[in-house]
Amino acid sequence: MLVFIILPFFFAIWFSLTNQRLISPNPTKFIGLSNYTQLLSVGTIVLEPERDASGAVLRDKDGEIEYPRLRTFTRNNPDHPKIDGMREWFSWQTGPNDEFKRVILAKDVVFMRALKNTFVFVIVVAPLQAGLALMLALLINQRLRGINVYRAIYFMPVVISIVVVAFLWRLIYDGNNGLLNNLLGAISFGAIEPIDWLGQTSTALGAIIGMSIWQAVGFHMVIWLSGLQTISPTLYEAAELEGSSKLQTFRYVTWPGLRNTAVLILIVITMQAFGLFAQVDVMTNGGPLDSTQTIVFQAIERGYGKQDISGGSAISVILFVIVLSISLIQRYLTRERI
Amino acid sequence: MSVLQSDNYRLRLFVRYLVLTLIAAIFIFPLIFMVMSSLKPSQQLLVDSGSLRAFLPVGDISLNNYTLAFQRAPVGLFVMNSLFVTGVTVLSSLFLCSLAGFSIAILDWKGKAVVLSAILATLTVPFETIAVPLLLMSSKLPWVGMEGLEFGWLNSYRVQIVPFIADGLTIFLFVQYFRDLPRDLIEAARVEGASWWTVYHKVLMPLSGPVIATAAILKFLAMYNQYLWPLMVVQEEGYRPVLVGLQYFFQLNTAWGEIMAYLSLITVPVLAFYLVLQKAFIASIASTGVKG
Repeated sequence: MLVFIILPFFFAIWFSLTNQRLISPNPTKFIGLSNYTQLLSVGTIVLEPERDASGAVLRDKDGEIEYPRLRTFTRNNPDHPKIDGMREWFSWQTGPNDEFKRVILAKDVVFMRALKNTFVFVIVVAPLQAGLALMLALLINQRLRGINVYRAIYFMPVVISIVVVAFLWRLIYDGNNGLLNNLLGAISFGAIEPIDWLGQTSTALGAIIGMSIWQAVGFHMVIWLSGLQTISPTLYEAAELEGSSKLQTFRYVTWPGLRNTAVLILIVITMQAFGLFAQVDVMTNGGPLDSTQTIVFQAIERGYGKQDISGGSAISVILFVIVLSISLIQRYLTRERI
Repeated sequence: MSVLQSDNYRLRLFVRYLVLTLIAAIFIFPLIFMVMSSLKPSQQLLVDSGSLRAFLPVGDISLNNYTLAFQRAPVGLFVMNSLFVTGVTVLSSLFLCSLAGFSIAILDWKGKAVVLSAILATLTVPFETIAVPLLLMSSKLPWVGMEGLEFGWLNSYRVQIVPFIADGLTIFLFVQYFRDLPRDLIEAARVEGASWWTVYHKVLMPLSGPVIATAAILKFLAMYNQYLWPLMVVQEEGYRPVLVGLQYFFQLNTAWGEIMAYLSLITVPVLAFYLVLQKAFIASIASTGVKG
C-alpha cells in the first residue's frame, strides 16, 4: 500500500522537478520547475495588420486581412523575449474595425488543448450523467412488476470494460456504415447526411462524451437508488396526505434527502471524468487535430510513449493539483448543507 | 366511473412500461448488435447495420469469426493471463485487506487513526496520476526469482498483481463492516482464551460473507477490466491480458467480424456472471454509495 500508492506519488513530485527518462545514458539532473514552465507558459501578442504605403490594410485574394508571420516574433526576437519559442493556440479579431488580431500563445499548445478538452469533458459529463442517472433512479424506484429486470438491464454496461465499449462504439459511430448514422438516416428519411462522428473535430469529443455516459450512467443510478431508499416512506405518506403534487414532493421531500448522495456522486463523477484515457486511446488517439487530447492521455503518451518520465510526472502532478482543488472546492461549497 | 378510472390506470401503466422499455433498448441493443455481428462475415456485417437485420441472426451465420480470432491471436493465452492475474489479486487482496481492516477496527495500537486517514487519503489520488512514476519504479524493483536476484518487474505477472493487492477501498469496506459487528462476540472469544488469529479466522471471517462478496465483486471488475497499466508494463505476448490483446486486431486490415467475436468472447462470460449474481452486484455498488 505504502510502497505502491504513497511512494509513487512523492516520486511523481520529485521526477517532475528533474529530467528523468526511462532509459538514458545521462545521469538524472535536478532542473527545478522548468518542466512546469515548459508546460504551462502562455503569452499573448497583438498583431497589427500589414499596411501598404498609404496606410490601407492589405487583404489577400479572399478578402482576409494579412498579418505579419507569427514566427518573426517568436523565433529569437530580442524585442519579445517572453514569447520566445511559443506557438499559436487560438486568436480572435480585436481593435478598431476588428483590424487587429489578438493571439494567445503557449509553449505547449497540445497540452493546453488537452487541459481544455478535459475541462469541457468534466463540465459536460458531471451534471449530465448525474442528472440522467437520477432520472433513471426515479424511474426504477417505482413499485412495478418486473422492475428488477429493467434495473438489471440499465446496469449492464457497467460490468463491461470501457475498452470493449469503446471498440463497439467505434463501429456504431462509423462514418459510412455506422449504426448511428443509419438510425438517424432512417428516422429522418435520409435527410440527415452520414456524419463521421469520430473523424471531425466538432463531433469527436461529443461522441466520446455520449458513449462514456452510456457506459457509466447505470453505476450512478444504483448509488442514487441507494440514496432514495434511505428516505423514510412516512415522509412520502405525509406529503400525500397534505396533497402535494409530484413535483412538490420531489422538491421538498426527495431532494433534501438526497443531498449527501448528490455530493458523493458529483465528486465521484468528477474524479472519474478527469481520468479520461481509455476511450481516447481506443477511439481517436487524441485526434483529429488534438480535439480529443486529454490530460491523462498526454501524461501517458509522454511518460510511457516517449519515455519522458519527468514530463509525464509533471503532468500527473498538475492533474493531481486540479483534482484536489476541485474536490476541496466542492466540499467547501456543500459544507453547510450537510 | 370505475371503468374509466381503471382504463386510465391501465394507460398510465402502459406508458410507464413503454418508457422503461425504450430506455432499456438504448442499453441493450448495442450489446445485441455486438453478439449478432460476431456471427456474420465482416462484409455482411457492414451491410446489415443499415437495417434491423443488424440485431437479428440472419444471413450467413457461423462461428467462423471465432475460429479466425483464435488464429490471429493467442486468445486462450490472453484469457488465461487475465483470469490468473485477476484471481490471484482478488484472493490475496481479500486476505491482506481483511487483515488490515481487522487490525484497524478491532486491535488497539498507537497511530491507528493516522494510518486510517492516510489510507482514506489514497482514495482521492486517481491511479492515472501515479501510473508514470510507478512504471519507472517497477522497472527497477528487485525480485528474488529462480535465477537469483534480478531487477526490473516489467513483463511479468507480478507487476500486474502486486501493486493492486492492497487498496484503500477494500480496507475501508472491511474496517466499516468489522466495526459494526457486536464487540461481545470478540470479547467472549478472548475470554475463552482464543488468540487474535483465532478470533480473525474463526469468529470474524465466517460472519463476513456480505462484505467479502462486495469486495470481491468490486475488485474483480476493476482487475478484469484493467487497461492502462498492463498496456504500459507488458510488452511481451506471454503475459498480456485480454484487453491489451485487442491490439492484434488492428494490424493491416480491420476485420470487424473478428473484433466483435473477440469482444463477445471476453464480455459475454462476465455478463452472464453478472446476470446470475445481479442482486449481489448491484448491492455491492450500492454499499459503496452509502458510505458517503
